[in-house]
Amino acid sequence: MTQTHASLDTVRSQAVSHARSTSTSVKIASTGVNVFYGAKQALFGVDLDINANEVTALIGPSGCGKSTFLRSLNRMNDTIDICRVEGEILLDGTNIYDKSVDVVHLRARVGMVFQKPNPFPKSIFDNVAYGPRIHGMTNSRSELEGIVQTALEKAGLWNEVKDRLDQPGTGLSGGQQQRLCIARAVAVSPEVILMDEPCSALDPIATAKVEELIDELRENFTIVIVTHSMQQAARVSQRTAFFHLGYLVEVDDTEQMFTNPKDERTQGYITGRFG
Amino acid sequence: MNKDHIVKSFDEDLKKLDNFIAEMGGLAEVQLADAVEALIKRDTDLADHVISMDKKIDAIEEQLDEHAINTLALRQPMADDLRVTITALRTASLIERIGDYAKNIAKRSVVLSQSPPLGPTKSVGRMATLVQGMIKDVLDAYIARDVNKAEAVRARDADADLLHTSLFREILTYMMEDPRTITSCTHLLFVGKNLERIGDHATNVAENVYYLVTGELPPDEREKSDASSFTSLDADHE
Repeated sequence: MTQTHASLDTVRSQAVSHARSTSTSVKIASTGVNVFYGAKQALFGVDLDINANEVTALIGPSGCGKSTFLRSLNRMNDTIDICRVEGEILLDGTNIYDKSVDVVHLRARVGMVFQKPNPFPKSIFDNVAYGPRIHGMTNSRSELEGIVQTALEKAGLWNEVKDRLDQPGTGLSGGQQQRLCIARAVAVSPEVILMDEPCSALDPIATAKVEELIDELRENFTIVIVTHSMQQAARVSQRTAFFHLGYLVEVDDTEQMFTNPKDERTQGYITGRFG
Repeated sequence: MNKDHIVKSFDEDLKKLDNFIAEMGGLAEVQLADAVEALIKRDTDLADHVISMDKKIDAIEEQLDEHAINTLALRQPMADDLRVTITALRTASLIERIGDYAKNIAKRSVVLSQSPPLGPTKSVGRMATLVQGMIKDVLDAYIARDVNKAEAVRARDADADLLHTSLFREILTYMMEDPRTITSCTHLLFVGKNLERIGDHATNVAENVYYLVTGELPPDEREKSDASSFTSLDADHE
């Protein structure tokens, strides 16, 4: 039976020993991350390694801090005035909060896909071309077309839209729009893709297509996904991190997490005993 | 931390699995006790009763199977709930086999009651008592989720195996001394083997309990003390 721990410190130190991955291919290493919204602290001392070319799922009840943590990984929290981030988040060994870091370039390296598909009010082509254009990634129209096609192929959308690239992105179905947003993120050659409940607004078939896509994408990218669905976390991820009340309670291989979690709170959450 | 699921019907579904195991297990206990009594008391009516009652155990196993599969499909149980469901499936199968062995003992007791009583039957009775105790305790351990009790049952399998080995030799000796008893002694050998297998299955249930509670398999190798497969009474091998 899982144990009830005497103190939070014991839990934290055990969680840290799990969070500190023994894999040599750590893409993002966060240490002692505290996040505040004004006076309210939303994250307490999070230590979590994200492995390269893996899908890491962040799960936990509403308000537990998982989305806050996700947004810290590409400094999206900077856009919130009262938000303050402490601690260290290293991308390939460099602290992303260092003053020398170009935040715009960071967000090209660490892309994001949101819960509600949000294509630009532009054509399908321009949606995907926007990023490469503003980052000055191409010298010619044909290069740009190549990037757009590759991105749409990677997002599993090319065959469905190749004959109507000039049509508005908003005219696509929900599932297609989300894959368009993924293509848009992929077009700027990121290294990491952050996904905040990417399938919440999608039907089961569109969800399955996005999950298949995530499986394929991890060959070339590192993926961190926040999800409310335990089954989705179980299906798509290799590592799962459970957050509760702003603390990282447990992180482990997904198989272990869902067959034999170590912390009683983790077990309580994933079996539907609280949340 | 609340031990109950937010959705109460989920708790009820899991409880049903335990109820099925308790029902099946209780029946299997009675079947074995009756089969052994039929053997010792040479009571063919009781033996016939055991033989006909076996299908009740099979019927409950079918119900449990269906319920467990539905639980997997509809609830997608995780962690300990998943282990409860899988363990119930495995344990039901083991109890059903125990029931089959009890039925087989009852069948053979009918044949045995047609011949003169055999000396080694007393030893069979002793072995049966040990194995019956193992079944009762392991079922209690299962329902109570008691790992220590389950481990204790596991340890007793070594005793059951030792009893079986000596029973085997005893029956061989008996047969050699009086070849007219070969037919009945052969049946008694099978009865002894059935009891030994029942002890093994009770031990498997104990290992299931360990897995259910801890999520891991028991760490140490189970002691296998049944040497009957290597037993020979031939003069040149003694």
